[in-house]
Amino acid sequence: MIAAVCGTPLLAGALLLVAGRRADRVAPAAGVAVAAAVLALAVAAAVARPAARFAVLPGAPGGLAVDGLSAAMVVTVAAVVLLILLYAAAERFGARFFGLMLVFAGAMLVTVTASDLLLLLMGWEVMGAMSYALIGYRWTDDGVVRSADVAFVTTRAADTGLYLAAGFALAGTGSLSLAGLEAARSPWLDLIAAGVVVAALGKSAQLPFSFWLSRAMAGPSAVSALLHSATMVAAGGYLLLRLHPLLAASGWADAVVCWAGALTALVLGVVALAQRDLKQLLAASTCSQIGFVVLAAGAAAVAGGALHLVAHAAVKSLLFLCAGVWLARAGTQRMDDLGGAARTFRWVGVTFALGAFALAGVPPLSLWFTKDAVLAAALDRSPGLFAVGLAASVVAAGYAAKALVAVWARGGGGRAGVPVLQKVPLAVLAAAACVAGFAVPFGGWWEVRPRPSAWELGLSGVLAVAVVVAVAEGRRVRVPAWGLHWLYLERAAHAGVVRPVLALARGLARFDDRVVDGTVTAIARGGRRVADFAGRDAEPRLDGVVAAIGRGARALGALARRPQTGQVHMYYAQAAAMLAVLVLIAILAG
Amino acid sequence: MLTLVIFLPLAAALLLPAVPRRAVPWTWVAVGLANLGLIAGMWAAHGTRDGTSYETNVRWIPSVGAGYHVGADGLSLPLLTLTALLFAACAVYSVRQERRGRAFAMLFLFLETVCLGVFAALDLLLFFVFFDLSIVGMYFVILVWGHAGGAARSALKFFLYTFLGSLFLLLGFIGLYLGADPHTFDMVELTRNPPLEDAPALAGLTLLALGVGLGIKTPVVPFHTWLPPAHTDAPAPGSAILAGVMLKMGAYGLVRIAMPMLPDAWRRYALAVLVVGLVSVLYGALVALAQDDIKRLVAYTSVNHMGYVVLALGAAGYAGGTDGGGARRLAVTGAVTQMVSHGLITGALFLLCGVLHARAGSYDLRRFGGVARAAPVFAGTLAVAAFASLGLPGFSGFVAEFQIFAGTIGTGAAATAVTGALAVLGIVVTAGLFLRVLHRLLLGGPGELTGRVGDLRRREAAAIVPLLALSVLVGVLPGPLLDTIEPLSAAVTGWVAR
Repeated sequence: MIAAVCGTPLLAGALLLVAGRRADRVAPAAGVAVAAAVLALAVAAAVARPAARFAVLPGAPGGLAVDGLSAAMVVTVAAVVLLILLYAAAERFGARFFGLMLVFAGAMLVTVTASDLLLLLMGWEVMGAMSYALIGYRWTDDGVVRSADVAFVTTRAADTGLYLAAGFALAGTGSLSLAGLEAARSPWLDLIAAGVVVAALGKSAQLPFSFWLSRAMAGPSAVSALLHSATMVAAGGYLLLRLHPLLAASGWADAVVCWAGALTALVLGVVALAQRDLKQLLAASTCSQIGFVVLAAGAAAVAGGALHLVAHAAVKSLLFLCAGVWLARAGTQRMDDLGGAARTFRWVGVTFALGAFALAGVPPLSLWFTKDAVLAAALDRSPGLFAVGLAASVVAAGYAAKALVAVWARGGGGRAGVPVLQKVPLAVLAAAACVAGFAVPFGGWWEVRPRPSAWELGLSGVLAVAVVVAVAEGRRVRVPAWGLHWLYLERAAHAGVVRPVLALARGLARFDDRVVDGTVTAIARGGRRVADFAGRDAEPRLDGVVAAIGRGARALGALARRPQTGQVHMYYAQAAAMLAVLVLIAILAG
Repeated sequence: MLTLVIFLPLAAALLLPAVPRRAVPWTWVAVGLANLGLIAGMWAAHGTRDGTSYETNVRWIPSVGAGYHVGADGLSLPLLTLTALLFAACAVYSVRQERRGRAFAMLFLFLETVCLGVFAALDLLLFFVFFDLSIVGMYFVILVWGHAGGAARSALKFFLYTFLGSLFLLLGFIGLYLGADPHTFDMVELTRNPPLEDAPALAGLTLLALGVGLGIKTPVVPFHTWLPPAHTDAPAPGSAILAGVMLKMGAYGLVRIAMPMLPDAWRRYALAVLVVGLVSVLYGALVALAQDDIKRLVAYTSVNHMGYVVLALGAAGYAGGTDGGGARRLAVTGAVTQMVSHGLITGALFLLCGVLHARAGSYDLRRFGGVARAAPVFAGTLAVAAFASLGLPGFSGFVAEFQIFAGTIGTGAAATAVTGALAVLGIVVTAGLFLRVLHRLLLGGPGELTGRVGDLRRREAAAIVPLLALSVLVGVLPGPLLDTIEPLSAAVTGWVAR
């Protein structure tokens, strides 16, 4: 069954992609049908908790399994995908879109059910590639393609951490299984933890990798809705939650993760507050909210972190889908120009408001509960962490209110409706955004520990409401320029990494042509020179010596020919002379 | 049986002059497919058994102990299949070859025989003969059918450089022959009783000669500079065979000859092998990143991909570490998988480059853009091949590279962990460079030559798509291939460890 959950979307998506434009007509219906089937399977899997053990590589046992954490993720992914595809069915997307979305979701399902590093990495990487294809969906625009390039290269650079972690796991534990990584010996334990943390922070767009998520906004809104909620950025948070024993065992990684999450929550919250573009605001707020999940993983608050992840998925997909409606109909996402958008599209405006209130942490909506569950765990660890987290939640109330005020401001005019296909997902997501947090106080099937105390809940609730009211009253917050530009992170990465690497590449290419190949050519030329020398200089001289010997021999021959006259008396004379000489020698030798 | 498979293409080549002109391409395709079917059948019959099948051993030059000894095992069968597959793909691709089509087909059939012979030979002299003949054959492919302009020069450079390599190889073979007692060129004998065990200096020199000879062919940095010009000027099928089949001969020789016959020396110099592999990986990827000529770019990625193979073989011989043998086996299996995978993917990439050149007459990335609009199938195929080459899971490249990384790092020694970790950076650079290709060539606004690029024709798709489909098959269900290689990897790691 677990194979069906993961395999159905992957296979269906691949078929749609292969069919291409021929399937454009049936794609929306097929996509929604597949997503519905996957949701049914996912719910069944969440109840039955199946496990399948198999080895992709010989001697590396692993498989797919659903436990408590995976169950929550599987159902969330399947539900969000279904709702988003329903919404997208009302817009003009073809087979390529639905195929990519299904593979994207299938890869996420593999990631959250994998019980070994290899399968996890496979899902993880395919998800990255699909995010590239989806961000660059409108590929005729150079800027869009460049954004997709940035997003993919950044996340893949971080993914190397997972490749390394797999190697270190093999060295440290002799296996790739996720369970038992914490038993690795030092230094392998630390290396595994470092690899996992880098990969997860990259995928979840935490500091210092956050900038790729800003670029990811180049994709269609439906893509953003999925990428920011149940897949991609959620994967990093999920991985850290899954491997929290490893983080704790290393003795340092849990603290690093806690602070990375808390600081991202605060700093990217400020970035969100500074944005003038609705989608950019929502993107920065995703980094910030996933920061709470990462913080929870560091503090070992698995249930709280997972609930925050699920509730945030509902909230953020809702907000992006609403933004998508306005973007498509009003043609702008600049918040200054969106005034009245919510009044024109009432249904969208109301659901957006519910989502924004949840995002702000207004009681009794979902994120209020779940965020406080995380903060309670942070307080257990250190007051400093709690203080940063609380500050981040205040900032969250600020940016949520800013977005809300922008779309509900007076302006525009008239009324317009949206198709039912889009109304339904918005309503369902809004309902989930409201109630998903009640699992925290009422337990449900999952006990949240430590439970947030009444004063914490009260404090954060009051702060959230106060901030929302203040912003609605028109208080303006001054935000430094680095906020608007995402801390100049992309510029820094470009100047610090990309440009040096490109310069190195060009330098090496020149080196390759001039020095490496130049040496080979020089040796060959040397061979030619020697040959030339041999042919032009040495050869005639050698030949000259040979010719001289020949000439000498001929001269001697001519000399020797002189006595051969053929006249008998001459021969007698010669014989007599020779005899005389011999006699003389005999006498002298005596 | 094996002999039949090896010489069937040559026999067909000799009969080809008698075939009517119009039937030449189809005869070639039929022979290629028949041979592919035979080899696939042989693989199926061999299964995942340990040891050598289809052995034939006939006296050839008894005075020096050389015989016609051929056989196939878990290392040769995948490579023999790859060879037959790529030649069949080239036959399909070249159905419309206009210029000297008959000679072209004959030369490729001849090349198929010698390439199959290299991977089947179990005698050093036989190996050498096939190895050298392959160089001669490819020289004529580049010289006669290469792109006008630089072909003569590139062909000469290719010939002289790789021929020099084969001379080093011969030197090494003679070293092995003289070191063996009794003197023999038989690979099975030499593997069973490794020569030169009590002469470490001579063994080191012999390994150096073999290493340089095979390294030029692989090619490893700094002996790679014959490769880019040869590829740039070769016709597309020539490039596909050169990269897909002939580069494998170097790495194959390392696994078949250098590691089992000189285990001591291999262990002693494993660090050098690791470093050469690492340098090839990073240097090849970085230089590829700076190329604007797509064919040169793919050629340099070959240096990168074959670098992974060398790295893994170095790790398999590196002593020390925490590993009980599992990680080394993984590394060797990964190396052999990478040879197969690189053949499939790079073969497809070079054929796609050929399509581009056939349409637009240029390989210059800067002159294209937005090709996906007019040629969606071409664009989709190229994108799939690019993602396969950058190691996306679901394709064979990932299976191979993951095993190489995990195996290399997993041996647990400091040197292997560090070189393996640095080599992983190669996949980021490869990702960047292939995205650059997709961006410049397929996506964005139109460029100067975009208008000339029409979509993939049926015969081109029929040649290229099966290669990528097999890459997907290996990527999704690697079991059959890995199970075939596994006994061999166990044997190789055992030989090196003795």
